[in-house]
Amino acid sequence: METKKEIVIQVQGLVKDFGARRVLNEVNLKIYKGETVVIMGGSGCGKSTLLRHIIRSYNPDSGKILLYDKDINQLPENEFDKIRKKMGMVFQNAALFDSMNVEDNILLPLREHTRLDENIMNIIVKMKLELVGLRGFERLMPSQLSGGMRKRVGLARAIALDPEIIFYDEPTAGLDPIVAGVIDKLILDLSKKLQITSVVVTHDMKSVFTIADRIVMLYEGKVIAEGTPDEIKNSSDERVQQFIMGSPDGPINFFQSGGDYLKQLTE
Amino acid sequence: MRDFIAGIGNLALNLKRQIVEITTLLAEVVYWLVIGPFKGKFVSRDSLFEQMMFSGVRSILIVFFVALFTGIVLAMQSAYQLQQLGATMYVASLVAVSMARELSPVLTALVVAGRVGAAITAELGSMKVTEQIEAMQTLAINPIRYLVLPRILALMIMLPCLTIFADLTGMFGGWLIGVFNLKLSSGMYIDKTLQFLEIKDIYTGLFKSFVFAGIISVIGSHMGLTTKGGAEGVGNSTTSSVVTSFILIILADCVITGIFYFSNM
Repeated sequence: METKKEIVIQVQGLVKDFGARRVLNEVNLKIYKGETVVIMGGSGCGKSTLLRHIIRSYNPDSGKILLYDKDINQLPENEFDKIRKKMGMVFQNAALFDSMNVEDNILLPLREHTRLDENIMNIIVKMKLELVGLRGFERLMPSQLSGGMRKRVGLARAIALDPEIIFYDEPTAGLDPIVAGVIDKLILDLSKKLQITSVVVTHDMKSVFTIADRIVMLYEGKVIAEGTPDEIKNSSDERVQQFIMGSPDGPINFFQSGGDYLKQLTE
Repeated sequence: MRDFIAGIGNLALNLKRQIVEITTLLAEVVYWLVIGPFKGKFVSRDSLFEQMMFSGVRSILIVFFVALFTGIVLAMQSAYQLQQLGATMYVASLVAVSMARELSPVLTALVVAGRVGAAITAELGSMKVTEQIEAMQTLAINPIRYLVLPRILALMIMLPCLTIFADLTGMFGGWLIGVFNLKLSSGMYIDKTLQFLEIKDIYTGLFKSFVFAGIISVIGSHMGLTTKGGAEGVGNSTTSSVVTSFILIILADCVITGIFYFSNM
């Protein structure tokens, strides 16, 4: 059934080195229209780096990234901007514009890319804020908001232009369980009601199994597992099981320091 | 020894990278300046106005003090020399010409580099380290057009204006000494000023300040946009923005003055 779906994002053989360290190693990924894909993995496994390649913040060392069948690294800036208008990104730290209040943050993409009347834009802002449950906060500055509120405003800004794809970078990290639940529900609502393709990078296991249609697990820059939540839960891969359980013992070694301990101590 | 050579090599590579990056930034700025208006994507009037207020209008007080006291000091120092020749009335022309050609463009630029250049770098730098620049790009808004262009344009408009203001203030400072200390008549002081001050003295000064405005705003923006590594990174790039601007301003001043001098302008 999945083969009939339209592929929106395709990552082919993506490799990225930071200095001597290979952060992404031959990553292949297909994301279909309307689905919610969760990319999970431990800190430093390259999941955020992968996301930043898809939004073209980083250039790959080798491999290709196709959005709507176009190789994004071959596109000139103004062509890629057309694709950018179809996508929204929710940043880990919300990345709201400090110098603007909540309303202006959400108005900015509308003012830059549409020729709507100011009144209509204001209505859109109110609608987006209502979606994230923050109507009435238009005049506040980002510095006056809590972490969860900032993230929700970030989400409202990301959906201001009604994108077809939304990327979330650790949307629930550092939030209390209730706000995290609210964000999860928002992600679900957006993807189910508006048929938005969502790509979520997270290591919050509760949220993974709540929102995912499909899960991709990255480990040391490689895709080690891919499948529906049930397939992942029943995966025979010990690394996947260890990650889901969050147990300190297992094939994934917590101690990343190299070399002989005793030798380094006595150096 | 090897470290020393490696250090020089690193420095050279770093310098080359900076020059390439600044040239790219400059090319993009020129692109948006020339092509932007035809695409209907130009600087918004609000942000240009806001930047002109910040970089120009709010710099008036500091420029006033710097130029006033420079004018006073210049008058006193030259009176001290000219008294020996009995030619104190030429204080007026000396102050006027040296303010217009040299001191007010350079001093205004240095003051503004410290005030506005640093602010540009700090603001863009903290936007960069908090991912706001990246967020802007994902919203398909070009940060160079949206953030850098209004700052460059505003400074290129306002710095020459501030320089004219500094010219007048400096001459006023000289006039204070001429009238109240040297007991020249006010009319004669103004007369001597106008007699020796030529229009080209003013416009060479303005040309300089125009170039300095470009240096301050481009260096400030470049240092801001290439900031890395949190709050410390913002501090570092602000410092190097001001230092680099200072050096380049003096260097450019020397080159431009040389060109005017040897071409007898």
